[in-house]
This record gives sequence, structure tokens and C-alpha cells, in this order.
Amino acid sequence: MLDKTETSQPESAPSDKDTKIDCRHIDVFYGEKQAIFDISMPIRDRSVTAFIGPSGCGKSTFLRCMNRMNDTIDGARVEGEIIMDGADINDPTVDPVLLRSRVGMVFQKPNPFPKSIFDNIAYGARIHGLASSKSDLENIVETSLVRAGLWDEVKDRLASPGTGLSGGQQQRLCIARAIAVNPEVILMDEPCSALDPIATARIEELIDELREQYCLVIVTHSMQQAARVSQNTAFFHLGKLIEMGETEMMFTNPSNQRTQDYITGRFG
Amino acid sequence: MTQHIVTSFTDELEHLSANLLRMGGLAEAMIRDASRAVVTRDNQLARTVVERDAEMDQLEIECERDVVRILALRQPMASDLRMVIGAIKLAGTIERIGDLAKNIAHRSLAVTEADNRVALRGVERMGQAVSRQLHTALDAYSRRDAIAAISVIEQDDDIDSHYNSMLKSMLVYMTEDPDKLDTRSNFLFIVKNLERIGDHCTNIAKAVHYIATGQQIRSSNEPLR
Repeated sequence: MLDKTETSQPESAPSDKDTKIDCRHIDVFYGEKQAIFDISMPIRDRSVTAFIGPSGCGKSTFLRCMNRMNDTIDGARVEGEIIMDGADINDPTVDPVLLRSRVGMVFQKPNPFPKSIFDNIAYGARIHGLASSKSDLENIVETSLVRAGLWDEVKDRLASPGTGLSGGQQQRLCIARAIAVNPEVILMDEPCSALDPIATARIEELIDELREQYCLVIVTHSMQQAARVSQNTAFFHLGKLIEMGETEMMFTNPSNQRTQDYITGRFG
Repeated sequence: MTQHIVTSFTDELEHLSANLLRMGGLAEAMIRDASRAVVTRDNQLARTVVERDAEMDQLEIECERDVVRILALRQPMASDLRMVIGAIKLAGTIERIGDLAKNIAHRSLAVTEADNRVALRGVERMGQAVSRQLHTALDAYSRRDAIAAISVIEQDDDIDSHYNSMLKSMLVYMTEDPDKLDTRSNFLFIVKNLERIGDHCTNIAKAVHYIATGQQIRSSNEPLR
């Protein structure tokens, strides 16, 4: 076996017209502790990028840089540039609330608001002023639920609480809620780890449909899931990007020994 | 290669590898004994070759079963995935080599005292050459050695030229005495079978190259990406 272990960061593919978000030399610190070390990578539009790596490798931290979720953590500091559509999202003039409507997020545990199914979806559209009338709002709610593949299951009980749905339905509700504000990017942090295999398959099918319109980034602990849903995969270890490439290559013939060891279950 | 965290997975892959090497060793012995049986007209030895084919079939079935189980239960990735996919190819190819050796053994029963010693010696030499090819290919497999695999592919040209010169002398030998065409035509098949075994050694080497590097090889030895 060829030993291709490298110590330096890999040269990820240069950004091009398909790049939605171009991350350049990102360092993240939590107080004194550095969590991310000089990571650069282009994230492609209309495609799914998966982040894999052992717990604590920095994949969620890096994901959260892309909608400035780290701003909400005391002592967290992000350095480097994250260019989305030509502008750095960390620029002081960028409103993080507006940014997060462009870059939506879905979390590991479904977290619907303690409101009706309708209001869960309508909430974001209301605060961002996306609907000018009641019928506009109803339209947004229906379209979002249809796109999230949940409409048929909930159309007769839109007034019931979102928290009364099953786990898989709640997660699709959260995806519908993210879609409702017309985002460009959807970040998903282990969106299926609390779901059973059937609910997981529904979310994966949904991810596959969403990628026609959105740029998706998914953090997952399931390598099979990364293999199934993504077109590009990035492997993180100890806060560094070890290897990034086309998913098929990453899972059949990775070039870095540490990637190889991780995905074949040789270290955790 | 380092161990898997789940050691029983490593055990299963090693068991699969060991079975393939057993099949390979069996095939090597079958080729050697079949060509020996031709040269020495040893019918008893020929029969043992035929009998060993059942063991070969059994091992192939076991390998296939192991591969299906590993794919279903372990979902192997990267080098493990290539190893498992390569294994199913190797098992099928080695089993075919066993069939060809069995066929040589069958045909050796038709060889008589009166047959030409030069032709017989040619068969023996060619049998040794392909048996060596197989040995090198299996050795490359056990060491996951891509360079050794390529050398096996390159050496197939020698087997082919050996075959072509044998073919010519066989045709002369057959036409010398048209009355004996019936038995002497067996030599043609014997030599052709040895040549086919050489081709299968090339297939083994290509699979080994893929297992070791993840790159497929064309017949021209160019790696395909």
C-alpha cells in the first residue's frame, strides 16, 4: 500500500463559476483554543457537499462559520474570508440575521417552534416581510411544505402544533421552515442522526431534490449517508481539512492515508 | 495494513484472502499435474486433477458467500471495497483456470506411447511457464504489489509466442499422419487451454492492480482513471 500521508493541508480544487461559497484560510478560535486551522475550500452551488470526520474534528464548527452561527458563542473568533457571491460574509456591514435567511440551517434534533405547523413555516416569511397578504402567506406555507415532501401528511391539520409530529416529520417541517425564506444555501448538521431509517431515507430523497435549486452542505457521522447524498466530500481531522474530492473517489480510492484509515474504520 | 477497530472485520477479510490463496495454490498444482500427466501419460495423476476440481468449485462458492456477507454486513469502503470486489473477480477467474486444467487432464488420457516426445516436452515447458505466471500473480496479490502485477501482464507476451510456435509444430505433427488426427488434435486443445490460463493470469494481475491502486488497466497496460 502506498503511504500518501501528508502533513500539509491539501490543495482543494480552485474556485470557479460553480462556486457558491469560497472559504479562504479559515481559522476558528474558542478563546485560546484553536479549533480550525487554515482551511480553504470552495463549496459548489446546486450540489451537496458532505463533511465527515471523527467527533471534535471541527466539521460542525466549520459549517457554522458559513452562517455566522459562531458569532453567538462567547469567545469564538473566526479569521479568514468566506466569500459568498463576491462579498465576505464576515464584513461588519453584513447583517447576520439577513445572512441567515440566505443561509438556512437544519439541526441534528428537530426543533420546531412551539406553534402550529402553519406558523412554523409562516414565521420566517412574516419577519422578513416576504408576504404581502394572507393568501401570499398561505401560498408560501403550501409551497414550502410541498417541497419538503410534507404537504400531503399535514395539509388537514395545519393548525395543530408542530411539536406533535413524528421526529421525521418534524425534521421535514424544519427543512420546510428553512426553505420558506428563499435561502440560497442550506446547512445541515447531522439532520438524520435522530431519525429511523425510513425517515432518514425520506430526508435523503429530499436532499437529492433540493440540490437542483440550492447549495447544500451536510455534516454527517454516517459515511454511507455521505456516500449516498453528496457529490463532494471533505474529510476533517483535528481541525484540519485532510482531503476533499469527488465523493466517488473519496470512497473508492482516497489519496490520503488518514482518509483511507478513517473511512475503512481503522481509527476513530 | 493496520487493523480495523472492529477486529472481526479484519478477520473476515483475512479469511477471504486466505481462501483465495488456497484456490490459487490448488489451481497451480492442478496446472502442474495436468501438464505432467500429459507428458508422463500418468492417468492416475490426471484423475486426481479432475477430482480436485470439486474442491475448487466448493471454495469458489465459499468465497462468493463471504463476499456477499461482507458487502451486506460490513459495507466496506475504499481499499476494503476494492479488496472485496477484486475477490469475487479473482475467485471466478481462478475457478476457470481449474476448469481448464481439468480439461487438460481429461485430454491427457488420450495421449499414447507413440506420441512425439518433442511435442510432449513443449507441453511440459509451457505448463511450467503458465504455472509460474499464476504463482507470480498470486504472490502479487498476497503482497498487494501493483508493480509485480504489471510484470505478470507484460510476461503474457512470452506465453503467447510460446503458444504460437507450439501451434505451428503441432499442426505439422498432426498432418504428418492423418490417421492419427483424432488423438493428436487433443494436443491443440491442451496447448490452447494453457494459453487461455495465461490470459486468466493477466486478468488476475489486472484485478490485483485495481485492488492495490484503485486504477483499472487496459490491455495496453495504460492505467485508466
